[in-house]
Parts: sequence; C-alpha cells; structure tokens
Amino acid sequence: MKLMEYQGKDLFRRVGIPTPNGVYTTDAGDVKAYLTEHPGSWVLKSQVMMGGRGKAGGIKFADDAQQGETLARELLGKVLKSVQNPDGEEVKSLLVEEKVDIASEAYVSITIDRAAKKPVVMVSRFGGMDVEEVAEKNPDDIKKYWVDASIGYSPYIGRRLAFAAELPAGYRKGFPAILGALYTLFMDYGANLVEINPLVLTKDGRVIASDAKVELDDNGLYKHPEIAQWNSESPADEDQAAAVAIGLGMSNYAKLGGTIGVIANGAGLGMGTMDAIRSAGGEAANFLDIGGGAQADLVKKSYNLVTSDPRVNAMFINIFGGITRGDQVARGIVEALAGDDVRKVPLVVRLTGTNAEEGRRILDAAGFVPVETMDEGAARAVALANGR
Amino acid sequence: MSIYLDKNSKVIVQGITGREGAFHTQRMLAYGTQIVGGVTPGKGGTTIETGQPVFDTVKDAVDATGATHSILFVPPFAGADALWEAYDAGITLAVCITEGIPAHDMLRVVATTSGMRIIGGNCPGVISPGKSLVGIMPGHIFKEGNVGMISRSGTLTYEIVDGLTRAGFGQSTCVGIGGDPIIGTTFVDCLRAFANDPETTALVVAGEIGGSDEEDAAAFIQAHIPDKPVVAFIGGRSAPKGKRLGHAGAIISGNTGTPESKVKAFADAGVPVADRPSDIPRLLAERLKPIPA
Repeated sequence: MKLMEYQGKDLFRRVGIPTPNGVYTTDAGDVKAYLTEHPGSWVLKSQVMMGGRGKAGGIKFADDAQQGETLARELLGKVLKSVQNPDGEEVKSLLVEEKVDIASEAYVSITIDRAAKKPVVMVSRFGGMDVEEVAEKNPDDIKKYWVDASIGYSPYIGRRLAFAAELPAGYRKGFPAILGALYTLFMDYGANLVEINPLVLTKDGRVIASDAKVELDDNGLYKHPEIAQWNSESPADEDQAAAVAIGLGMSNYAKLGGTIGVIANGAGLGMGTMDAIRSAGGEAANFLDIGGGAQADLVKKSYNLVTSDPRVNAMFINIFGGITRGDQVARGIVEALAGDDVRKVPLVVRLTGTNAEEGRRILDAAGFVPVETMDEGAARAVALANGR
Repeated sequence: MSIYLDKNSKVIVQGITGREGAFHTQRMLAYGTQIVGGVTPGKGGTTIETGQPVFDTVKDAVDATGATHSILFVPPFAGADALWEAYDAGITLAVCITEGIPAHDMLRVVATTSGMRIIGGNCPGVISPGKSLVGIMPGHIFKEGNVGMISRSGTLTYEIVDGLTRAGFGQSTCVGIGGDPIIGTTFVDCLRAFANDPETTALVVAGEIGGSDEEDAAAFIQAHIPDKPVVAFIGGRSAPKGKRLGHAGAIISGNTGTPESKVKAFADAGVPVADRPSDIPRLLAERLKPIPA
C-alpha cells in the first residue's frame, strides 16, 4: 500500500522525524484562514500518488492568504498529468507547508534487499533529484549499509553513513537519530520502502524531512488496522480493487493490453500462460491466478471480470490439475458459464490431471474447446481471437 | 541420494489438525513420508485418524519423536512464531507453506535462525521422488531419477515436472523455493546442495521475473557447477513493468528483475533458457547427449 506524502509525514511525526510546519486540507477556504493566521511564505503541494507532480504543475508558492486561496482553488480538482502517468490524477487535497530556506539537500531511504534478506539503507548528499538517475550516472555517490535485523539499528550506522556520503557538517548531529527513527518506522510499520528526498538542512540549522515516500507491505497491514483504513480514502489500484471484490488475493489480477483473456491456477502458471500466448503470436489481456481448486462460483466471477474488458475476444483457461480432479473442474466451468449473464467469447480450456479425459469430453459437449497441453491451448486461443 | 530430505527424514506437521494440515498430512503419508506426529496447541495427547500423535508444542513433538523436519500449515500472522518455535526445538529443516507472512517478520526470522534451513514461505515444498514428500505437490507426476529441479512457483513446477517425467527424465529432488519477497532458501542455496549431490546429474532452474535470484543463480552455476548440464526457464517474460503478478516478488521495478537481464545472465553462464516449458526436455536431452569424439 502506497501512502501519500501527508500520510507518510503523519508516520514520520509518530516516530519523531521532524517535518515542516503546515496543514493538510481539502478546502481552499482553509488555506486562506491558515495563511491569514500564519503570515509568511508557504508551499502548496498537491497530494497525489503519481510521480513528477512538480513538473506537472502540482506545486505552487504563496506569500499571502489571498494568493494562497486563489492557488488552492486552481489546484483542487485539477488533473495532473506526467510522463509516468499520462492518464492523469485528480488533486483532491493539499499539504500547505512552510517554505524553508534550504542550505543543503540529502537523500535517505530504507528498503528490503531481497537477495541479502536484509534491510538496506541508502544515503546520498545529492538529495532533491531523481535518485535512479544518480544511481545510474554516479553510483558511488550513493552509500549503502545492510542492517543485521537480529541486532537492529544503532547510531554508529548513521554516523558511518553520514561520513561516507560526505553529508555537510550541519547534518551530523541530527542524522543518526533521524535514521534511527526511520528504521523504527520501517520495521514497526512493515514498510517495503521509506524514503526522504530531500532531507533538508535549513539555513537556520534544522534537519527536516521535506518529502515522504512510504510504501507498506500489504501482508503486514493487519497489525495497523487504522492505517489499513487509509487505503479507502486514497485512490487504490483498480486491478487490486477488482480482484478483492470477487474474492481473489489483491495481486492475483492485473489488466494488460492484449485481446486474449487468461485464467490459470497458480501465479507461475499464469505468467507461463501469458508467455505461451505471446509465443503463439497473440497478447494476453490480463493475468489472473484463480488459486487452487477452481470452484464454479469463482470461475464465473473471474470470467466476468476478464470479459468486462471489451477488447477480450477469446479466453484461455489453463488448469493444471495436480490434486484437483479434471472432471470436477470441467463441470464447474460448464456450470459457471451456462447462464445468460456472461459475455460469450470463444473459450479454450486446458485440463490435465486425474480424470482429465472425462473432463475434456464434458467441455466438448458444452461447446468449449478442450485441449491437453498449454502450447496447444495458446495456439487455439490465438487462432480464435483472430477469427479463425 | 537427494538433497534436504530422504526416506529416513522424520517429519512433524505444525498445524496438523487444521483443514489444510490434515488433508496434506494424509497425502504425505500415502506417498511414504515418515510423518511421526504433529502439533496443535491444546490438542496434545490425542492422535489423528491414522494414529500419529498430536502434541501441544514443537518441543514436545521433537522430544518424543526425534523429528528433524517440520512442515508448517499456519496462518500468516503466526508464521514467524511457528518458525521460531521450530528453531528453538531443534528442527533443522522447516518447510513453510504459508503465504503472506509479513516481510519484516521474515527479515527477523532469517536473521535469527542460523542453522535451520527454511524453505518458503509461500512454497509448494520439497519432494525427493520415491523417497519422501514434505509439501503439497501432487506426488504422482514425479518420478525417481537424476534431474534436480528448483522453482519459485507451484503449478508451473508441476507443468515442467510433468513434461520431464513424460520425456523419461526422473528427478532426484524438486524444491519449490516460494514466491514471497523474503524466503529462507534461494536458488543459490539449492544449487550449492545439488552441486554436492552425486545422484543429481542435471538441473532445471525455473525462475520468474522480479528480484535478482536468477542472476545470482547464473553466476553460481558458471563458477561452481561446470560438470552438470543446466536448463533454465523464466516465467512472466511477457509481463509489463510495474505490474505485480500473483507472487508478491514477481514485479519488475526500474531496471531490476527484467527478463532480459535474467536471460542474459543465464546465456553468459552457458545455460540455455527455454522459451516454453515444453522445450525443457528437448534442451536437456541435447545437453545430456554424449559429445561425439
């Protein structure tokens, strides 16, 4: 679950990472009232999930209350578009923050190194820019440290990284504690990624998290039920929402660009099926892992989800019957798709396992195309999608 | 021989009276696995239908049975606790079927259980065909033989194994390492074990997009396994960037985890990458063909 900046900063404050003074709002009137009460220079930051919001015009500066209100009205409801997000995303809320005088900008993040099975901390003195660009052009400017999770964080790690990355002297006092707090957040809230870019050193000597990027592990969200609720207030991934709505795991469905619908039992087989379709000259319209068993009700819901994409003009159901019986799966499919409440597209079903032959006879009798192997199924599906 | 388990491995089931645990316990027993008991807190002192004793704690089970292996059918929130309990009781190999254990729980577990091999989570288990099955794989598609097989997925493993068996290639051991982001045993761990197993004369590595496990495997094969032919497969090669496909680990982000990088790594190591699972037996046969003098 990705968090928006204001949500990430909420977590930052809980663990003691300093953030700029400011207010979060969905209303331009609030901006005027706040700026009237707190005169000075302020930044209005659009709260969106997409990257590149600055370039898309989502960040504005205001020096008085009237200007603040005008800019807030302009931003709220605006659809921001960027290279990463050509469809655009509507601005529904703003974070209004003090404009800080920047002396220096650093980068700091913690993520999971899957290969090392350890949290990895990354620090660079080049903050405020695209870190992937820094990593590509000057990899030596990013210093890394792999934390032993059995020991956890200790301030020497922060000191060592600050010296190695040559952070300006002004950071030295505050940095180890801030990194410690970030590690606490990373472990206690179960984050796949916590990133501060930039971590600002102000001209008056404060160290402040000017931005917040936090992505939480969905599997750990049950430990923080109140944060799991945040998801419903922010734009969730459409595919995930669709999967959960029919009772699948949230990453078991993904819409792709092709014309051939895919339903498979198992993630690996689902990916293999997409690949087989491409090998046969077609493109999968989606990825869908229906899990074990392939029960009739779930087959129907999955079929309807996949065919809700108007581009889908053929379907390939690929079931490797390990433990499940082929005839049961076949009956389930026939039963599920018997009614008039499904959009009929040519359907190829691959069945193996116990009683697979009987299963294929049942499918054949129902007017579907039964096949024995994945390659054959992919070829038939591609041919049917092309109207042959 | 085989790796990780053989005929004599004594196995307990953590969660033996749960729906999944009970079902797969019977399947494993039918396959010939030495299931010597199981654990369900509160049901200690009872037995299951086939007579195996149930214990309240893993320690009780190990003390009474001498089990060295455990297979876990527990809910995700209890995964870390169950793995630590197994470790504390002296279990040396734990197969974690559970999907969706929080990644940060697993980070802590793998950092604190050195000496215990963990397979998974989110894995189909381990099978040494004809000897023992500690997992949820359909035993009948496997056949005793000399091909070592490692895979990240469940059903794709079955797809490939089915093809191998039909083509006459039996297997020494098949390990499903699991699809979660933090797993106990990597491809390289398995390769190291297979490299030292004289019965394993060829290998199949079935990876998928995401992470860098396949690249690491390719480098290891090049450096340490000069004498055993290897064929690889990469699932999800047609996947677009940034889409998470079923396995939490299967996502291409930035320039890491791409199929191009994985295919290139294997090619550089002299390992052919099959375009389709059905090509694997043919590629294996070609590599196993004696080179004419």
